[in-house]
Amino acid sequence: MTTIVVLVEHAAGAPRRGSLEALGAAHALGAEVVAVLCGDGAAAAAPHCGKYGAAKAVTLGGPAASPDAVAAGIAAVVKGASASAFLCSATSTGRDLAPRVAALLDSTLFSDCTALVNEGGRMTVTRPWLAGKLEATLRSSGPLLCATLRRNVFAVKEANLTCAVSAGPALGAGKATLTGVEARAGSKLDVSEAPVVVSGGRGLKEAPHFALLEELAAAFGNAAVGASRAVVDAGWRPHSEQVGQTGKTVSPQLYFAVGISGAIQHVAGMKTSKVIVAINKDPEAPIFKLADFGIVGDAFEVLPALTEAVKKLKAQG
Amino acid sequence: MKIVACIKRVPTTDFVPRVGADGKSIDAAGAQYMASFYDEIAVEEAIQQKEKHGGEVIVLTLGPSDTSKEVREALAKGADRGVILTDGEWSGRDPLATAKVLAAKIKELGADLVILGRVGTDRDNAAVGPMLATLLGWASVTDIVKLELAGTQGTAKREADGGIETYSFALPAVVTCQKDLNTPRYAALKGIMAAKKKPVDEAPAGALASQVEVVKLALPPARKAGRIVGEGAAAVPSLLDALRNEAKIL
Repeated sequence: MTTIVVLVEHAAGAPRRGSLEALGAAHALGAEVVAVLCGDGAAAAAPHCGKYGAAKAVTLGGPAASPDAVAAGIAAVVKGASASAFLCSATSTGRDLAPRVAALLDSTLFSDCTALVNEGGRMTVTRPWLAGKLEATLRSSGPLLCATLRRNVFAVKEANLTCAVSAGPALGAGKATLTGVEARAGSKLDVSEAPVVVSGGRGLKEAPHFALLEELAAAFGNAAVGASRAVVDAGWRPHSEQVGQTGKTVSPQLYFAVGISGAIQHVAGMKTSKVIVAINKDPEAPIFKLADFGIVGDAFEVLPALTEAVKKLKAQG
Repeated sequence: MKIVACIKRVPTTDFVPRVGADGKSIDAAGAQYMASFYDEIAVEEAIQQKEKHGGEVIVLTLGPSDTSKEVREALAKGADRGVILTDGEWSGRDPLATAKVLAAKIKELGADLVILGRVGTDRDNAAVGPMLATLLGWASVTDIVKLELAGTQGTAKREADGGIETYSFALPAVVTCQKDLNTPRYAALKGIMAAKKKPVDEAPAGALASQVEVVKLALPPARKAGRIVGEGAAAVPSLLDALRNEAKIL
């Protein structure tokens, strides 16, 4: 049986959702899954990994303050397990660490994969090229497959294994050191991990009108506000919210495009959303060709009514 | 301070790709090219750091010989010289192979700081920067939105999912640029004229072993045709009904 090592990120003693998706993806390939958890709190989160498909978990304790030191620790685990693959969620941490781990193991990297298939011991991956304008199915000719997995694509599955936890060497100091974190205002979800994304474009006319989208996001409770490039370039919204070719690629369950015409650069970043709703004054806007459901109308009229209706729905449970 | 800014030629963001006849390649007929969006930010940051600390900015790229167009643009903005590692297959190189070639050249050039865009907007791997740092054994911070250098020390702020992280490190280092770092300048006429006289060296990139085999390339599946549920605020109940009972997601 092949072994797959999965980086499991954790917070408050529990694995993060993206990492559970990665564990599910690895388990679905029929491999023995080894979770690796880094930093303070790793030991508390490790036992939870069995439930989601890990047979073993290795903890690398100490502060995970240096990405190069963390990558070296993970690479040693991958090597020690003689793994055929190393997977992690394409979070900001995963996207930073995975190339370092891959380079340490003389392996290339497949980023932001949307499918993994085991073909008689050789794995193929599917991933976007040109921000999703093309889907590439690729195979690694190297002995080790390193890949990051797009969030919200792979299912979290309960496998209910008993996970054997062992403590690996503590993380050492590295070349770059984390000295501080300014948390984003509020505890808002990132646009690339939220199950619901409500995005606004130039049709919202001016920056303060994004309050209408924030209210809709708050009514959903599990939503993040997104933005088109035009409004980010205009300085109305931070770049961290930009969806599209020079922003983030997202695959939420539900995507609202409000006052967004549907330029190819934006569409590339959101067309794999499960359900797309467009709200636009212009019935000819290209976004309606893509949307599952559309409302032709003024966002300033539709959004408050939608927010009220969602609040009512949520209140009913 | 010696700064190397790495750029990659990519299709412009309005490029509409078609799949080639072999089902494995991009039919790039009609494509226009540019330096990747984030690499322009890298060039700008390199020039700004040179303006603050003095030194030299070298623009380094792996690409076809006529990538000199993108290199000259960077020189026109204020970079001092260019190096093109010529490679006809540049866009198809896997990130590890690219990082190895760049690392070898950077060792030869010598550098205090290497700056790249966070991702090439063609293959979207966002891997070359951190791989390069790993191969060189240098400090590295990705997705930076602020960079401060003092002597041989650096501080960078990084855009992470939950907020902004601050890292400190000693030079030499590799950083990759996020959009909020700066706003790239336009080249002035004087700069464009001066760029014509700046040196651009070309050398073959050499054989690159790729670990990536393309099995299939396809356009993403078309979405099922949707429908307009109504007009204005009056359409909200129909929308929620559709989300609940048709799409079954609320």
